[in-house]
Parts: sequence; structure tokens; C-alpha cells
Amino acid sequence: MDLKEKIISSYVAFEDGVNINSDIHEIRTEAFQNFEKLGFPSKKLEAWKYTSLNTILKEDYSIFPDKEKSINLADVKQYFIHDIDTYKVIFIDGKYSSFLSETTHDSIDVCLMSSALTKAKYKPVIENYFNKIAKQDNLTSLNTAFSKEGAYIHIPKNTEVEKPIQIINFTTGTEAATMLQPRNLIVVEQNAHVQIIERHQSLTENAVLTNVVTEVYADRHSTVDFYKIQNDHISASLVDNTFIEQQSESVVSVHTFSFGGNITRNNLNFYQKGEHIDSILKGITIIEGKQHVDHHTLVHHIEPNCESHQDYKGIFDERATGVFNGKVIVEKEAQKTNAYQKNNNVLVSDKSTINAKPQLEIFADDVKCSHGCTIGQLDEEALFYMQQRGIGIKEARALLMYAFANTVLESVKIPEVKDRITRLIANKLNVNIGFNI
Amino acid sequence: MLKIENLKASVDNKSILKGLNLEVNAGEVHAIMGPNGAGKSTLANIIAGKEEYEVNQGTIELNGEDISELAPEERAHIGVFLSFQYPVEIPGVSVTNFIKTAINENRKAKGLEEMPAKNMLKMIREKSELLEIDRKFLSRSLNEGFSGGEKKRNEIFQMAMLEPKLAILDETDSGLDIDALRIVANGVNKLKSKDNAVIVITHYQRLLDYIVPDFVHVLHDGKIVKTGDASLALELEARGYDWIKEEMIS
Repeated sequence: MDLKEKIISSYVAFEDGVNINSDIHEIRTEAFQNFEKLGFPSKKLEAWKYTSLNTILKEDYSIFPDKEKSINLADVKQYFIHDIDTYKVIFIDGKYSSFLSETTHDSIDVCLMSSALTKAKYKPVIENYFNKIAKQDNLTSLNTAFSKEGAYIHIPKNTEVEKPIQIINFTTGTEAATMLQPRNLIVVEQNAHVQIIERHQSLTENAVLTNVVTEVYADRHSTVDFYKIQNDHISASLVDNTFIEQQSESVVSVHTFSFGGNITRNNLNFYQKGEHIDSILKGITIIEGKQHVDHHTLVHHIEPNCESHQDYKGIFDERATGVFNGKVIVEKEAQKTNAYQKNNNVLVSDKSTINAKPQLEIFADDVKCSHGCTIGQLDEEALFYMQQRGIGIKEARALLMYAFANTVLESVKIPEVKDRITRLIANKLNVNIGFNI
Repeated sequence: MLKIENLKASVDNKSILKGLNLEVNAGEVHAIMGPNGAGKSTLANIIAGKEEYEVNQGTIELNGEDISELAPEERAHIGVFLSFQYPVEIPGVSVTNFIKTAINENRKAKGLEEMPAKNMLKMIREKSELLEIDRKFLSRSLNEGFSGGEKKRNEIFQMAMLEPKLAILDETDSGLDIDALRIVANGVNKLKSKDNAVIVITHYQRLLDYIVPDFVHVLHDGKIVKTGDASLALELEARGYDWIKEEMIS
């Protein structure tokens, strides 16, 4: 039985565990039928031309891991940003861990999707926002069909959330192969501000396929800073589907740090539904071996006077492959749009690959849209220069790569996150030098 | 300190150095002059260990140790410094942090602890004052958008920080106005001691007014063809190189 058939046949069992008389269940059923029709994406689809899921779909995934396994904080502390106070919504094998979490209902809601989907008091928010901007494509439909658990965050208007919120999905490897469908909803009302750190972390070498969907609604004049840390085991694959709707004068930034995993696909979609909106999409990818990271971004400029800024840096060593597909749509009404896209790549090895494709669809005439894409190697002259000053070749390479990626780090607003990323880069490049540049 | 014997070297199979001999002792300043294409920069890069140059024959010894198989950073660790003719721009790395990294990597190679931040700052302040370098300059990206003079001053600043045994200044005077030339030369002179040595590669006599050499060598077609004292540089300035070529033929 292939994975699609296995998923389809297990849907009945899934329905046993959820309330099938709710409105949500209609959404699930529709999504399920959609997935049944579409199946998994193949390379025949333009959007999946350079990313094949074939190898990872062959695993015999456990679709509803139900063996409970507790983990010790000491064993996983390293995956938290622990030097600052944060809210935490933590899942182990798809199940909420109250022990590791720190949620709140004190003026804001930082809690569980399973509660939000079932309790009456959340009904108005769920009705207004759940599955409203998520695309009806293959994998998003799959997630919607099985949506049950994840983080639910609701920030009322005029609220500055002092503590960042960490969402971490741990996989323990109690099953030989685990498939997860986390579903997050983040609603940020007028003039509110929140910072979110998301991570998916496998704790063993057993195969994991995470297909996560996150919907973010940023109301007027709100600010959302989202940091995605992707530094997982080589046996763990991730499809991240993030959909962000912004109202007037909101500022939303998403930083994606992709340092590890087997196949990582980021579908990051911004929809601008007002004026004077700023959307910021940044990423650093540093991978080697046979790792694969694919960034598919979409910024849909619908109204006038908005901006979008994209800056993606990629460093690919050995046989690693990367994809950057950045689509910007500027509608006819979206005059005075300022859309900026930059994608720079370094191929460290002659066996590494990057497929870069900027896609600009501009229907307005009074706009500033720029895109720049570069693919290069490390500057040999610069390496010799640094070596001549006593810096070893490994350190010299690392310093050059760090400097190359640094424009993305500069806009990280949480110092502890910046420090963590810096350390991850140093570890990744196997050097012990301070990059305080 | 430096002893080069019968050095033959090539790049892309093109022979550039054709049996060069040079001996530099501690406390000495040597000038190497010569027409374009004589192999001056090649010599500098080979001593520093640039990979694209191939040493076909001969030896390069530093304090009795054959360095010709050492990596560039290993040569730096034992005291070789090259002031680049064209210093490389490294966007995203500030002057200060580059030199901090360089100093600590050198210390690491010698089995020393990192230099305490306080000492580092003090040293940076002293050496930047010596070269009349503005504070703001130190926080800029290394060499990025620097004028020719700023780049060269920054090279000598790094030399001052790293305190090499053997400093090779490859056309450090090119691109310098007379004030910058004086500052740079003054810096080099202050760093000179009986324990270190300097090789000055230049086209012009001008720099040698300020950094007075003990020996002047003329490099022509991959060999040192004439050696003299400081007065040789003056003579070259006045008469050019042709008379040396004629002397060689006769």
C-alpha cells in the first residue's frame, strides 16, 4: 500500500477521534476529498519541478503516532532559546506536552489548536480565520484534512507581547517513521505585536515527515516577527506551508534559517490586503551532503503603497541542492508598490546545485520592482588574503560565508535568537571563531 | 632570517622566477626594484605561499626552516606578512573584527589564549594612532569602498598589529599621496627593529627616501641581476633600467 492509500484508509480512524458534527469537520472532509483527488505533488507540477518527494514518500510512516513518550528537559534544552523568558507551546510526536510548555490565557491566548477547535469560546475566531487563507493545494489539503493539533495564538488589539513565543515539535522516534500534520493559527489584532520562534526537531535518526500549515492574520498596524529555525536530523523532512494575510500598516517579517534536514520545502505566502503594508522575507540556507532546501515565496500585492523585501542567502556544499522560486504579483490597483527581491548563492562545491527562479507578474505601471539573483563561488583572492593574515583556510571560508549571510542576520530583532543562529552557523561550518562582525 | 636559493617558479607553466637568490638578515631593510613583469610580485606571493604559483626548484628558508611546503596561514604564524599590492575587499567583516580574528587565530596557532579584549582595544588604539587612522574607519567593512591610500594604510595597520618577523611590502607606495606616503613610511620605520626585517618592493625611489634600505636589488627576468646600497635606487631613478640590461649583455 503506498502512502497515499494508507493515508486515505486511515481517515476513517481519524474521524473516530474528532467531533464529526462540527463545521470544522466539513472543512476537513472537503480537504480530504481534495487530497484524495490530487495526491502528493509530483515533479510534473511546475511548482515541484526541482523538488522530488519520491524518496521520502516511500517510508512506511506511522500516520497517528500514539505511543506516548516523555522526554527530559535536560535532553532537549539545547533546542530552546532558553536564555530569555518565553511562552512555549511544545509537542512531542504531535501531542501536546504540558510539562515542557508554558501557555497563557492572561489577556492573550497562547494555547492549543485542539482546544480552539473544540471549545465554544474560540468559535468566533475559528469561524473567521481557520483555513481562510490556506491554499487548497495537495499538501495543505492533506494537513487540513488531519488538522487537530498545533499552536493557537490570539493577540487582542493594542497588546505588546513582551515574551517571544516558541513553538517546537519534537519527534522521539518511537516509530520507525513518523508523519506529522501540525496546524497553527496566529491571529494578531490591531496595533498588537508578537514574536514567534518555530522549530521542528527530531531526536533520533528515524525518518520524519512533517507537513505543517500555519496561518497568520496581521490586522491593521500590527507587527509580527516570525523566526523559523530548521536544523534537523538528516532523516527528517519538512514541508512548511505558511500563509500570511496583512491589513493596512502592518509589518510582518519571516526569517527562515535552514541549516539541516533531508528535504526542506518552504512555501511562504504573503497576501497584502490593505495599504502601507511591509512584508519582509529573509532566509539563510547553509547545507551540505545531499540535503535539499527549497524556498517558494509568494508576495501578492493587491492594494497600493505597499512594500515587500526579500533577501535570501544560500551556501551549498558537497552535493547539496537548493531552489529559490520567488514570485511577486503586483495587481493593477497596487500602484506605488515597492517590491524588492534578492537571492544570492554560493556554490562551495562544483557538485552542488541551485535552481533560482524569480517570477515577477506586474500589472500596475507606477511601481518599483527589482530582483537580483547571483550564483558564485567563494572569492579565492579573499581567502588567500585572510590566510596570509594567519586565519586558517577553514576559518577563512567560514568568515567569508558568515559575512555573506550577515545581511539577513542584521534584521533579527531578538539578540538571543541572533546569537543562537550565529552559533549554529559556527557549528555548521565547524569552526570556533567569534563572528561578532 | 630569509634565505632563498636558486628559486625557479612558474604560473600556468609560464616560467617567472629563473634562479633567484636572496638573503635577508634580521634588522635589515631590502628594496627590490625592477621593470614591470620582472617577477617582483610573484616573488612576494611565493614567499607568502600563494597556491597558484608553482615552485619548480630551489629553497625558501625562514630562520633555517624550509617553508616552501607550508600553507599561507602557517607561514603567517611564523612571522611572514605580505602587504598586498591590491588589498582584497571583504564586505561584511569590519576592520576591527578582522584584525581581532587574525590576532587570535595567530595566538591559537602558537597555543596561546585569546588576547583579552582590553589589551586588544588598547593595541588597536595605539596602532591606529600611529598610522593616523580614524576610529570610524575601523568599523567599516574591510577595504570596501576604501581609497587606495586607505587600503595601504590599513595594510600597515594590520602589520603593526601582527608584529611580523618578515614584512614584505608589495608596492605599498602606489596609490599614495605624499602625506599618506609619509604616514605609512613613518609607521614602517617605527615597527622596524633588530629582530625583524622588511622587504620593500617598489617601482620608484620615492618611498626609499622615507624607508631607507640597507640593500637595493634589481630584479630582471626572474633573477636578481644587481645589488647595491641605497644609492643604487637613486641611480635607477635617474638612469632607468636599460643600462643594467646593457651591463648584463656585456
